[in-house]
Amino acid sequence: MITRDKYTRRDVFKLGAAGVLAGTAGGVLGASPAQAAHHEMKFKPESGAELRVLRWTKFVAGDQQGFEENSKAFSDATGVPVKIEYQSWEDIRPKAAVAANVGSGPDIIFGWFDDPHQYPDKLLDVSDVADYLGGKYGGWADVPEKYGTRDGRWISLPFGASGSCMVYRKSYMEEAGFSEFPTDTDGFLKLCQALKQNNHPAGLALGKAVGDGNNWVHWLVWAFGGKMVDEENKVAINSPETIQALEYARELYPNFVQGTLTWLDPHNNKAFVADQVGLTANGISVFYFAKTNNIPFVDDIHHAPYPIGPVGHPTELHLFSQAMLFQYSKYPNAAKAYLAFMMEDAQYSKWQQLSIGYFTHTLNHYDNNPVWTEDPKHTPYRDTVKRMQPNSHAGTLGYASAAVMADYIMLDMVAEAASGKSSPKDAAARAEKRARRYYG
Amino acid sequence: MPPQDTATRIAEIPEPSRLSRLLNNRNFLGFVFMLPLAALLVVFLAYPLGLGTWLGFTDQRIGRPGVYIGWDNYISLFDDSVFWLSVFNTVFYTVVASVFKFGLGLWLALVLNNRVPFQALIRAIVLLPWIVPTVLSAIAFWWIYDSQFSIISWSLVKLGLIDQFIDFLGEEWWARTSVIIANVWRGIPFVAISLLAGLQTISPSLYEAAVLDGATPWQRFRYVTFPQLTPIIAVVMTFSVIFTFSDFQLIYVLTRGGPLNSTHLMATLAFQRAIPGGNLGEGAALATAMIPILAGAILISFFGLQKRKWQA
Repeated sequence: MITRDKYTRRDVFKLGAAGVLAGTAGGVLGASPAQAAHHEMKFKPESGAELRVLRWTKFVAGDQQGFEENSKAFSDATGVPVKIEYQSWEDIRPKAAVAANVGSGPDIIFGWFDDPHQYPDKLLDVSDVADYLGGKYGGWADVPEKYGTRDGRWISLPFGASGSCMVYRKSYMEEAGFSEFPTDTDGFLKLCQALKQNNHPAGLALGKAVGDGNNWVHWLVWAFGGKMVDEENKVAINSPETIQALEYARELYPNFVQGTLTWLDPHNNKAFVADQVGLTANGISVFYFAKTNNIPFVDDIHHAPYPIGPVGHPTELHLFSQAMLFQYSKYPNAAKAYLAFMMEDAQYSKWQQLSIGYFTHTLNHYDNNPVWTEDPKHTPYRDTVKRMQPNSHAGTLGYASAAVMADYIMLDMVAEAASGKSSPKDAAARAEKRARRYYG
Repeated sequence: MPPQDTATRIAEIPEPSRLSRLLNNRNFLGFVFMLPLAALLVVFLAYPLGLGTWLGFTDQRIGRPGVYIGWDNYISLFDDSVFWLSVFNTVFYTVVASVFKFGLGLWLALVLNNRVPFQALIRAIVLLPWIVPTVLSAIAFWWIYDSQFSIISWSLVKLGLIDQFIDFLGEEWWARTSVIIANVWRGIPFVAISLLAGLQTISPSLYEAAVLDGATPWQRFRYVTFPQLTPIIAVVMTFSVIFTFSDFQLIYVLTRGGPLNSTHLMATLAFQRAIPGGNLGEGAALATAMIPILAGAILISFFGLQKRKWQA
């Protein structure tokens, strides 16, 4: 609650600074006129322009509030009305694909992962916006650049990732004999074993959990050097590295709380808040929930990056969102102006703050956002985008990488091997066969 | 009036126009009156079915038109272990759930057919599981079966009967059983109320005659009730099989096909491949593959039950 009070004060302060303007909405107006003036030179909205924007429904309350206030500030500064539509995050993908195909729909869609790479020829080249933002804000991080570009041009603007970290109870970890959260996979296994012995088991989703399940199994397989495809997009999942990862999964799984095979996205949040598990992997939303609902052990909740495996570097995966601007849009300049505006410091920082860092940025400049340091518990989420690999790793983004993830091939493989339903070898062989159906 | 006058007048009546003759033609009128309905059927049933079947022969993806690829989707599915698992799951789910729905539904109908106090109220209550939207009842079951918060496990633990929570949806056969129980719970009212309606059409005189002949209650059921009820049973069970075979919501809310795809039905797998996976062609092929199995099941239940000797 303390943090929220702080936001409110800051907002009030900004509002005061912006007192000359009609006192609508939050503090965003304090900074917007100058930025807006800059846009008018860079991207000038067409006269009479109006925009339709489709994005995901909020994960945390502050996200939607900040987004809407920023949009309103854009409308106030440019006179361009912006209509925001919300869809459940899993429904965005088919909707965006249909919009691309039929050539009508929202001007801007905030989609996921490899979406832009499935219909790059239907999207506007946004290289000018990307170059402008990159130049002004310390450049784009590496993985966002991979997601946003194709054949040397920007086909979408990487907007942010819903970062996932290890979420754990510090007292349980210390009780298990660890003073720091382990940074490698060996230590992680030992921690999970000790937690289980103390009856505070870990719990990581192995059901069809689109976000939570996919995130951690990709991390696991990649941490040992396994990968779905090689650089030439040849299926390479059936490798000794993958099998090593699956053997690790097999040792890890008995230390989980019962029922993880059936866990969908909400299960780990429920179990953690109910004190059924001492460790899980999740976005900052569990902490956010605990804080806003006065869960007694909120101070005991801590976060840490996913441990590093034998490959020696971070191998995380996070739910990654991209803003796509469609060629059918009648107001491409207004859309570009809007996206640039939303990613300017005045707006983007505030949006991140209101959602206490639920979304990690794609532009390096926002490493400096105070939201990451005002509470040390936020800090591990700051670099999630820098620690991630594209879901297509080590191949290229496109239709096949999207289909392979949608068909849960990695998740099924890890679940089969971990639960002992198949041997690691059989699970890897089956995944290979399934992946070949998409990669050909 | 002189006869020749009448003849003249008849001759004066003009020949009816082709249009009015057509409009007086019963066959033509019947055809015209059927057209709107036929149009509805074509637009909303035949066309989507035809389109779905066609898509199954293409490599269409969401957002990108496909080309005809013949039987490739089917050949690739034939080689896909997840597909065969879903076929097994679907058949198992349908057969077991339908048998239980029929047995329990018939039993409930027979009980409700007797005079019981608050008859109307009880019948209304029995319908409740059927009336509640599937998604809502599925969410209730989601909690009932939860691996950490299940009320069943909790009660059993408190009673001291078990010392660990049951992982209802986490173990493959537990998961199959659990989703079938949820489906049966939801499907019984439909079977029971329909059969009850059938029971009430059976003429009491048949029972009176049977009683006079000295028939036992079992014989009355076996030789009067059951044969009289078979046409209704055929229709009810046909519908029940169709509903169960194409179930989607319950699975999607409870497990999304997990654990390890052990509750993936053909409908949920078709959705997973077609919409989130974007592979419309393959999803359509999967859905089309349901048709022959479904048609076979319907033919068996329909003709098998309807063509009874007593009807011939």
